[in-house]
Amino acid sequence: MSQKIRVVIAKPGLDGHDRGAKVIARALRDAGMEVIYTGLRQTPEQIVSAALQEDADVIGLSILSGAHMHICRRVMELLTEKGLDDVQVVIGGIIPDLDIPTLNGIGIKGIFIPGTPMQRIIDFISANARARV
Amino acid sequence: MKGVIERADRRKAKWEREVLEPALEKSPERKGPFTTISGRPIERLYTSEDIAGIGYERDIANPGEYPYVRGIHPSGYRGKLWTMRQFAGFGSPEETNQRYKDLIAAGGTGLSVAFDLPTLMGRDPDHPLSLGEVGKCGVSIVSLKDMERLFDGIPLDDPAITTSMTINSPAPMIFAMYLVVAEQHGADWKKISGTIQNDILKEFIAQKEYIFPPRQSMRLITDIFAFCSQEVPKWNTISVSGYHIREAGSTSLQELAFTLRDGLEYVQYGVDAGLDVDDFVPRISFFFNSHSDFFEEIAKYRAARKLWADAMRHRFGAKNPRSWQLRFHTQTAGVSLTAQQPYNNVVRTALQALAAVLGGTNSLHTNSLDEALALPTREAATIALRTQQIIAHESGVTNVVDPLGGSYFVEALTRQMEEGTLKYWDTIDRMGGMVEAIERGYPQQEIAEASYQFQQAVERREKVIVGVNDFVQMDAKPLEILYIDESTAGLQLERLADLKRMRDHHRVRQTLEALQAGATGTANTMPLLLDCVRAYATVGEMCDALREVWGEYEEVPLI
Repeated sequence: MSQKIRVVIAKPGLDGHDRGAKVIARALRDAGMEVIYTGLRQTPEQIVSAALQEDADVIGLSILSGAHMHICRRVMELLTEKGLDDVQVVIGGIIPDLDIPTLNGIGIKGIFIPGTPMQRIIDFISANARARV
Repeated sequence: MKGVIERADRRKAKWEREVLEPALEKSPERKGPFTTISGRPIERLYTSEDIAGIGYERDIANPGEYPYVRGIHPSGYRGKLWTMRQFAGFGSPEETNQRYKDLIAAGGTGLSVAFDLPTLMGRDPDHPLSLGEVGKCGVSIVSLKDMERLFDGIPLDDPAITTSMTINSPAPMIFAMYLVVAEQHGADWKKISGTIQNDILKEFIAQKEYIFPPRQSMRLITDIFAFCSQEVPKWNTISVSGYHIREAGSTSLQELAFTLRDGLEYVQYGVDAGLDVDDFVPRISFFFNSHSDFFEEIAKYRAARKLWADAMRHRFGAKNPRSWQLRFHTQTAGVSLTAQQPYNNVVRTALQALAAVLGGTNSLHTNSLDEALALPTREAATIALRTQQIIAHESGVTNVVDPLGGSYFVEALTRQMEEGTLKYWDTIDRMGGMVEAIERGYPQQEIAEASYQFQQAVERREKVIVGVNDFVQMDAKPLEILYIDESTAGLQLERLADLKRMRDHHRVRQTLEALQAGATGTANTMPLLLDCVRAYATVGEMCDALREVWGEYEEVPLI
């Protein structure tokens, strides 16, 4: 029996607009994944530690405030430090085109702007999550 | 009357049999579902039977007459147009000050301040959680010095321009700063007007920018009610907001019901604090969303006025008609804007703005076409303001008061919104009130459910969003957007360090300690905060002082 993909959905930064985070969390759960929602105002340290504790395959970050560059860089650094390089990081929110190459460059390939169909996100995660043994 | 309805009933049945059915046989209706964006079923046709039981004099009445369904002003927009108040703020106080001057020059008639997240959350720029957030979603205001820069050259004693400030948890701190700057401009507190949002309940419910626990937060609000009724009598002390509830995914009805119920909660807390209803209720105003379902929104505004008038008169025994009259600001729905084919957003916004105007809004913000991508550029913000000016001056809808009054459909929908709201109120009353309902997660859960249902309807393409799940176009040209870099953070950090070197440390410490002592007891916190502000204490320091005494609120995350 194949194990469920484990996803940590997090809202980093000071912003409290959690509609997107909650909708995607529920959609991934309904698609058969194991979803852990951290709640609001998580620091990169808290998010990475949640991923470690929960043995997550994927971290989904919801960021609308414009703080994504700082937050994503820090999350990726911490994942490397903890030896969690194989955890897939995806982000959703208001992300200017200008920032996408840099985000891709630090290892974030799944970037989902407003209007993205849920199914596309589900498919991306299913195809790219690390293989569970 | 009964005979008239029976005749109408018979007429409709005859029409269905003889006219409609043969027509449907030849060309059937579209698949539907025929529902509003909130999922409310809509009938094919409304006739006089749908408004049976609504008495014109009792339930609707003429404009300016209780219960104000048709508006609070007898002459509608023939007298004064709505205030065209564009919400703006980004980067440093100087950059935002320049945007305000541009908006006034373009014919804007009110200012509306957007603060950045550190300010909204009561954190200074040097706090670890402020990393990457300074100046991004709004203007960064750290101390009185920044407020002086924000309003430099904008006369706060001029009654022609009023200022609204979207600030909630730190509302008393920011308001105290505004009052001190107004004083510096030579303004008389007894004469100035403006608005602070100061609506913490919708933060717990929807936007989640809370700091202190609910009861202490409510105390700060009643302190402002009491302070303003004596010292700043023309200030709008609260703008009870449905906007954020709707943006979080609620239905139109939930927005209406929860927002007005929040309003009742504030009034109850004011009364419990010993205030006379007619002393503070006239300064309570509202803030609604205008979403894309045209008639449902119009019905929402019309029902809002009646519900508030009835509740103030009968539930609270208000005697002053000003307490009965619901005044509101509207903003078009940010959440309806699409990142795809962004020029379509101009059209969405125009329709939403028209609904707000036909619903009798007192003040309006129109969103800019690029706001699903970033904060608006100057050009995009100008088109948004021009949209309002075109409605006001070209469309002709301002010539007549409440042009949709008497429409079978609109009056029936208005009645449905009213009845639905009363049901929600009943549920919340039985829980013990809105604070208790929030503590149980009730409105939060209702909204999360509605938001998920809507998303599912979009995924199934039962709800079409042009350019997103239908009429998709791959070759759309990218827009030029406003890109806010990190320079504001650097500047504000430098200024904070300078401030801490220059100011009188002893006085800062003393005023913050006095604030803590007052907060522990029952003193009104506003005069104490004014002392802190005059000593150049920062927003973060004032909030931290209260965090030490009251603690912080944390919600249980639910999905």
